[in-house]
Amino acid sequence: MSAAIRIQQVSKCFGSTQALDRVDLEVQQGEFFGLLGPNGAGKTTLISALAGLVRPDAGSLRVMGHDVQGDYRAARRHLGVVPQELVFDPFFTVRESLKIQSGYFGIGHNDDWIDEILENLGLTSKANANMRMLSGGMKRRVLVAQALVHRPPVIVLDEPTAGVDVELRQTLWAFIRRLNEAGHTIVLTTHYLEEAENLCTRIAMLKAGRVVALDTTANLLRRFSVHALRLRTGGTLPSELARDGAESGGWWSFPFDGFDQVETLLARIRAAGCRIDDLEIGKPDLEEVFVRVMQGQAG
Amino acid sequence: MRHGGFSTLLYKEVLRFWKVASQTVAAPVLTALLYLLIFSHVLEGHVKVHGVAYTAFLIPGLVMMSVLQNAFANSSSSLIQSKVTGNIVFVLLPPISYLEFFLAYVLASVVRGVVVGTGVLLATFWFAPLTFAEPVWILVFALMGGAILGSLGVIAGIWADKFDQLAAFQNFLIMPLTFLSGVFYSINSLPPFWQQVSHWNPVFYMIDGFRHGFFGVSDASPWLSLAVVGTCLALLTAFSLNLLKRGYKLRA
Repeated sequence: MSAAIRIQQVSKCFGSTQALDRVDLEVQQGEFFGLLGPNGAGKTTLISALAGLVRPDAGSLRVMGHDVQGDYRAARRHLGVVPQELVFDPFFTVRESLKIQSGYFGIGHNDDWIDEILENLGLTSKANANMRMLSGGMKRRVLVAQALVHRPPVIVLDEPTAGVDVELRQTLWAFIRRLNEAGHTIVLTTHYLEEAENLCTRIAMLKAGRVVALDTTANLLRRFSVHALRLRTGGTLPSELARDGAESGGWWSFPFDGFDQVETLLARIRAAGCRIDDLEIGKPDLEEVFVRVMQGQAG
Repeated sequence: MRHGGFSTLLYKEVLRFWKVASQTVAAPVLTALLYLLIFSHVLEGHVKVHGVAYTAFLIPGLVMMSVLQNAFANSSSSLIQSKVTGNIVFVLLPPISYLEFFLAYVLASVVRGVVVGTGVLLATFWFAPLTFAEPVWILVFALMGGAILGSLGVIAGIWADKFDQLAAFQNFLIMPLTFLSGVFYSINSLPPFWQQVSHWNPVFYMIDGFRHGFFGVSDASPWLSLAVVGTCLALLTAFSLNLLKRGYKLRA
């Protein structure tokens, strides 16, 4: 079985800016894959190269085994891309836009699937509305619908929830999860790291056009992030305790590997005669992983 | 709904201009009608060209000018709008070849040009007795002229990054070429120097060949006009296809 996406040694320069630097990446069929990185890391360039909108200077990209340059027709039929920018054609209604997009892929009679997409994205009541009349969130839904009209096995969502309300996020993720469960490969870029943590089984992090971390979400959390005992105390911590933690905004944070260490820590604090005013256990999260990876800290 | 990238893109481009027909069809017909009313009022009775009354002579010129200008406007405005708003991505993501892309935009331009040209003809032929001496030439030059300006529109739409760049292309190239091509006069009435200059204007051959279809007489042989127009179409097609194949300003 070929990989859903295979990216080999892809480089791309825009003038003196190295947007992508020998990127190697493979996404397996059926995966829910996250592509993370700060602004300008090369995520959108990589997606654009995959979609044939950007031609790489070196390397090759394949979608379901089809080269995106040499066998572009097959590659594009297998790929659905939700672009980052909120773009739309102001001349057409929602349904016209979807029918036209189906036609571009050679699909003539697609009304049943279009109705299903409209229903799943909460767009049925807007089907005959002109695109200009829709709110930003509704336009974003139509963008998702347009990427799905040809039932692509690989779906790339480039920051699909940027600036949209909670309701759309929930609707969208429920639908995308169902598509993933039905076998579609999903590649997601987002700045909402909580979304990526909840949805993606594997994550790549890009920095300055290079892949700086690539692993399962669980492994990344294990490698780069730890649990921490966070507390506020009534007095000053003695120096032998303070050097094991870090203080921020009145809260002390003590990282630990195993829960048995919590008991020891609490006993030391009690023995030092400090009163505990508040206490919580901090769980590892992707935001911490992201910050540490981008700061170049090894796991 | 049509099947396939080419036919859908062609359908979309035609639907796009048809949805705003008052602006893309009715307005240019009205403009041509105003030209006819003004020029025929001033010159009818004073000027005869090739033995044809001035108003009758003017009508085919106005029809062809409308075909050409609207063919250019269709592809160029569609592309620049799509580029500026970003929705060009909807055409670039599907499996549409650069040849299909080119043909769809050019044919849609021809359709708009012919629709507007027909509208101008229907609105103006009441004003003078028109003949259709050799209708094949009318059809050939209308289609080829529309295709040439449609191709130029593709080139301009791809090249321009902003609306004012496209306006410059239209104002400083397309308008002078069409207005100085013999729409309103026979180039035989010009001084020898300007006659020579006119012979370097390919739009002159489009107008002259088109007019030959109505009256059976023209400034140049229709076969010469066909050769010039055919060569222009081949060159512009090759140039446009080269741009599209390289992804110039469309695929980074």
